Amino acid sequence: MNIIRYQRYPQSDFLTAFDRLTNMHEELDRVFESTFASGFRALGTLSRWTPAVDVYQDKDQFTVVAEVPGMKKEEIDISLHGDTLTISGERKAQEKQGEQGFRSERFFGKFQRSLTLPSAVNIEKVKASYKDGVLEVVLPKAEEAKPKQIEVSLS
Amino acid sequence: MDIIPKQQNEPDRRANERPRQVQYLTPLVDVESTEEGYVIRAEMPGVEKEGLEIMVDNGELTIVGHRRHLKHPGELAYREIRQHDFRRVYELDPTIDTSKITARIDQGLLTLTLPKAERVKPRKISVE
Repeated sequence: MNIIRYQRYPQSDFLTAFDRLTNMHEELDRVFESTFASGFRALGTLSRWTPAVDVYQDKDQFTVVAEVPGMKKEEIDISLHGDTLTISGERKAQEKQGEQGFRSERFFGKFQRSLTLPSAVNIEKVKASYKDGVLEVVLPKAEEAKPKQIEVSLS
Repeated sequence: MDIIPKQQNEPDRRANERPRQVQYLTPLVDVESTEEGYVIRAEMPGVEKEGLEIMVDNGELTIVGHRRHLKHPGELAYREIRQHDFRRVYELDPTIDTSKITARIDQGLLTLTLPKAERVKPRKISVE
């Protein structure tokens, strides 16, 4: 199992290998962090651009929030495979108008983020919205996965 | 001549009286330079039009984006997104006509167009 820490800045190829080493300590720390207690796993990905995600949960549903600014709705794909939610897409680079100069920090190209959900969800009722560059996916829990309350009558 | 990003940790000159307590995130920015001027594109997810503050003062461009804090149902179970507002300061090329700067924001991507003043644009002069 692999956990890749979210990186705010895209890395150059040269730095990637080096950072992997220096990040190892942090990654190990993360493995033992309490995120596991909640049952979520942010899966590793091979893409260099990994949008940041938040996950909310209540007794009825999960809400996954991802930051993917500057995209079109059609460029974002959401898929559910078993208990793994995958958000992916491709951000097209802006056409350069001038040849004079360009200083770039933003990342373009394909991205993918996968999350393992701790319980089954109702695929039919998954809803997503995209506003202000923030994607929100609401995944209602499957009936059988909801906590049940059992009434015990005292006699 | 260029548009130069200023160091973020540089203390705000106007806030000498009291230490700045607000923490900001530095947005990822592309700066494109053309004959006509410059185009700045800044990623500010969660910021809508009303949350933007763009100021030009003394040759400095300051971009601040306040996030719209959405209430999501349930409890936070896993966090990566930082909730701070965005801020970035640029030192402007003096050839920019600051009265003609335009801005728009679409899906969390702020696009600023900074045209150069007419007098500094390259011009071809035809010989009669």
